[in-house]
Amino acid sequence: MELYDKTALEIGCMIKNKEISSVEATKAYIENIKKKDGEINSFVTLLEEEALKQAEEVQAKIDSEELTSPLAGVPMAIKDNICAKDILTTCSSKMLYNFKPPYDAAVTEKVKAMGAVIVGKTNLDEFAMGGSTETSYYGVTKNPFDLERVSGGSSGGSAAAVAAGLVPYALGSDTGGSIRQPCSFCGISGIKPTYGGVSRYGLVAFASSLDQIGPIGKDVKDCAEILSEISGHDKRDSTSVKGFSYDFSTSFDGDVKGLKIGIPTNYYASALDGEVKTAVLAAADKFKAMGAEICEFEMPIVDYAVPAYYIIACAEASSNLSRYDGIKYGYRSPNGENLLDVFFNSRSEGFGMEVKRRIMLGSFVLSSGYYDAYYKKGLQARGLIKDSFSEAFEKYDMILSPVAPTTAFKIGENIFDPLKMYLGDIYTVSVNLAGIPAVSLPCGFDRKGLPVGMQLIGEAFSEAKLIKAAYAYQQETDFHKKAFEITKGGCL
Amino acid sequence: MTWETVMGLEVHVELATKSKIFCSCTTEFGGAPNTHVCPVCSGLPGVLPTLNKSVVEFAVKTGLATNCEITRYNKFDRKNYFYPDLPKAYQVSQLYLPICRNGHVDIEVNGIKKSIGIHEIHMEEDAGKLVHDPWEDSTLVDYNRCGVPLLEIVSEPDFRSGDEVIAYLEKLREILIYLGVSDCKMQEGSMRADVNLSVRPEGQKEFGTRTEMKNINSFKAISRAIVYESKRQIEQIEMGKRIIQETRRWDENKDATYAMRSKENAQDYRYFPEPDLLPIEISEEWIDRAKREMPETAEAKRVRYVSELGLTDYDARVLTSEHDLAILFEETAEICKQSKEVCNLITGELMRLIAEARTSADKISVDPEKTAKIIELTVSGKINRNAEKEVFEALFKDNIDPEAYIKEKGLMMLNDDSLVSDTIDEVLKSNPKSVEDYKGGKQKAFGFLVGQTMRALKGKANPQTVNKILKEKLEKL
Amino acid sequence: MIIDDKLIDYLEELSRLRLTEEEKEKEKTDLSKIISYVDKLGELDTENREAMSHPFDYTNNFRTDEAKPSFDRELILQNAPKKKDGCFQVPKTVE
Repeated sequence: MELYDKTALEIGCMIKNKEISSVEATKAYIENIKKKDGEINSFVTLLEEEALKQAEEVQAKIDSEELTSPLAGVPMAIKDNICAKDILTTCSSKMLYNFKPPYDAAVTEKVKAMGAVIVGKTNLDEFAMGGSTETSYYGVTKNPFDLERVSGGSSGGSAAAVAAGLVPYALGSDTGGSIRQPCSFCGISGIKPTYGGVSRYGLVAFASSLDQIGPIGKDVKDCAEILSEISGHDKRDSTSVKGFSYDFSTSFDGDVKGLKIGIPTNYYASALDGEVKTAVLAAADKFKAMGAEICEFEMPIVDYAVPAYYIIACAEASSNLSRYDGIKYGYRSPNGENLLDVFFNSRSEGFGMEVKRRIMLGSFVLSSGYYDAYYKKGLQARGLIKDSFSEAFEKYDMILSPVAPTTAFKIGENIFDPLKMYLGDIYTVSVNLAGIPAVSLPCGFDRKGLPVGMQLIGEAFSEAKLIKAAYAYQQETDFHKKAFEITKGGCL
Repeated sequence: MTWETVMGLEVHVELATKSKIFCSCTTEFGGAPNTHVCPVCSGLPGVLPTLNKSVVEFAVKTGLATNCEITRYNKFDRKNYFYPDLPKAYQVSQLYLPICRNGHVDIEVNGIKKSIGIHEIHMEEDAGKLVHDPWEDSTLVDYNRCGVPLLEIVSEPDFRSGDEVIAYLEKLREILIYLGVSDCKMQEGSMRADVNLSVRPEGQKEFGTRTEMKNINSFKAISRAIVYESKRQIEQIEMGKRIIQETRRWDENKDATYAMRSKENAQDYRYFPEPDLLPIEISEEWIDRAKREMPETAEAKRVRYVSELGLTDYDARVLTSEHDLAILFEETAEICKQSKEVCNLITGELMRLIAEARTSADKISVDPEKTAKIIELTVSGKINRNAEKEVFEALFKDNIDPEAYIKEKGLMMLNDDSLVSDTIDEVLKSNPKSVEDYKGGKQKAFGFLVGQTMRALKGKANPQTVNKILKEKLEKL
Repeated sequence: MIIDDKLIDYLEELSRLRLTEEEKEKEKTDLSKIISYVDKLGELDTENREAMSHPFDYTNNFRTDEAKPSFDRELILQNAPKKKDGCFQVPKTVE
């Protein structure tokens, strides 16, 4: 059965209406993965047997009306830095090549409880550090639109799998653009939720004050449904916000009349590829035509986002990744005899170069003598960035910007120049620094036929508003559908 | 030249919470290795900490009891270093904004009062335990203690003698135990002291270079380590050598300190704010509530025992020397309303029994209700003083039920006057000589007859009753 | 900011990482480039802005002090590369 062009909600509906069973849907997707993922490499672990067993159990509960979620029975995938009990969780690192967590992440619990069928764990840049999955120990995930190009990162596996129709939706994580940028590169939709909106419990930490788990799907409606399922307060995550719940009931009326959308001119400066710029500005025009108000404004602080981001993210990462020392789990080097050898060799052999670089960078900015000039300065810059956004949201309902300066680049094109790679995060990282939400969605194609993405950025917990605008846009356009017409459940 | 020793103390105390600081594992001491452990305290990938509210409450109380300012907005920081006993390779602690600052603890040494400044008190987590495995010459790691909450109490460099250090530690221990925040058992490691020590010529203002002695595990060892280390430093300087700022370990067996490897000394902990925990805001209300809920200090108890209960200052000190004694005293007195009797029993018998058993007050368990019962029986004349001691000893050793024990051992005094009367008749009959003597004016004979009667009654008669009846009978003869 | 041999050795030590000579040479260049770029922050006047360590101003998220059953030891040790007698096993820690 051909399911690749169906959204997750459509499949959920078919299962509810008994047009198809959860087992049949799961089988169809697994078949597709087996056929096509050899080329794309979006999965680190495929859970064929487990998924089919889970589908059977879920189907029984759907039949007995125990499970009522619109996504019950729908297959999906989880980024491999999110823990699932007794299932390999590698973070695409040699360091955790054999790690099976004895517990479920909060989001894993939630998707299991709603009746999701987990078909596998998806590839990422090692410990989510990168924007192309090229730093994965398990190899790069290729872009379904062009196999010579990257799928983006770090949630490249999740994005490519959805774009190629290998799963209807997936979970990703976004520390500096890791959901939004691969969605942009693969022509699909994703949400980086407000910090504290989704529990981080069980997400293997990269940078604790920036990390958020979010949905990756075919369209914004799917993403909204997934987000409402995985969000909510969790007492195991102290930074999870209490006393809120998303209400998207008024997000799907397609009405953007009177909406004030800010266009920060600094985002459209020289670093931005001309074709990307054209596509995003065309989207602005579209919004205008739909009745929204478009206003340009200055946001010069954004030029300092990448430096502040790399200081803070690497500082936290250097500490978060210290626990991988060869003692409790994961890789232990067979080389060397004493304790220091275990530490040094396990870490030197277990981590890839990008991870090492960021750990050293983080150690540097926190080290005695450099803390004030770098780390503290970075935190102050972070404050100024947050202030600038707050100011902007006093005037505008949301901000429209590109997601990445370019469309998907070629495998190997940037990987040897880390700074160039970091500069690719220029439009995404400030959102994480400010802790605010953003929706990434396709808004066109370049001449090479590669998807272009845009993002709508809002103030904390304004997801409903962002989704409303994004949904309205997707009602009026079909860029989000083209991906599936082009990829036809596989790759070109 | 005369030298002055200058010391500051870093005292770590494990808090008496039920659960660990960042997870719900028990803080209970002991247990098989890695059985008080969960994904959070063993630092598995993906886990997050959640802060135990009692830890903050205990810290606030400790700060108030040591006259500190409570930092209204305080935060946790990560201290980063690699060691197998630290599963996350960072310790969650407080560097930039510790919860308490600028306090003081007052001590008295040889009648001289002195105030020791408290620089700060901060909350942190304990590390695990490393055990050497001689069979494979390796180290085994047990995370049971990992994440047990600690307070680190950092003093100002205000100490000038080992006696001051010990007086301060004793005072601190008393405060913490009375607050109920820690049991402060040095042997179990729930109270540990690091001593920072330097020497300088008397009169010099600047401090000398200091060394730090870590984890010395008894008051006695601390005294000896201080004597050793100050002597060592003076000798070094007098030989023209420089003191190196370093961490030194006290070797109990060799009675000496030695430097730890220099690698462990040159540490760059890369502290930064812990992003996984929210900052803590302590309101005025919180502090007011903490003040209201503060338990009575040992100091206040001593004053009250003397002024309200009429005990001597000495007794009041003995009773408050250990929190458990004070509690036993108060609970028992509350039941039997005989403060002085309870005081005498505790300061006399109980202290003797504790000394005899070579134990300490915090390790014993004596039931206040049963103790009160024994006192009631004694005061009402149902048992005599000797019986009181005997029953109490049995209570101390075997937790017997006093009334059952008295019955079983036949310790109850006789209230049956006819039995006493009959016995006296027997005694008078079989001791005509003594009766004669008494009649002849020999008072001593009366005592002998009382003794004979008591012996016949196995000491269970009330002596007053015996006296009275005997006198009556002798008059009649 | 230039990362020289001494500094990179120090960072390796702090990070418990050992780079090959080749990696070290490349990292000296790469890290220097990255840090020089990050130095851009120096242009920014941050005098009056407090350091922002957390994305939001929330405070006081506490857990009630209740002891709950710990994990099964086998689960805690299931990923250990070496274990013995219910413990993680490591080469001896030398004093």
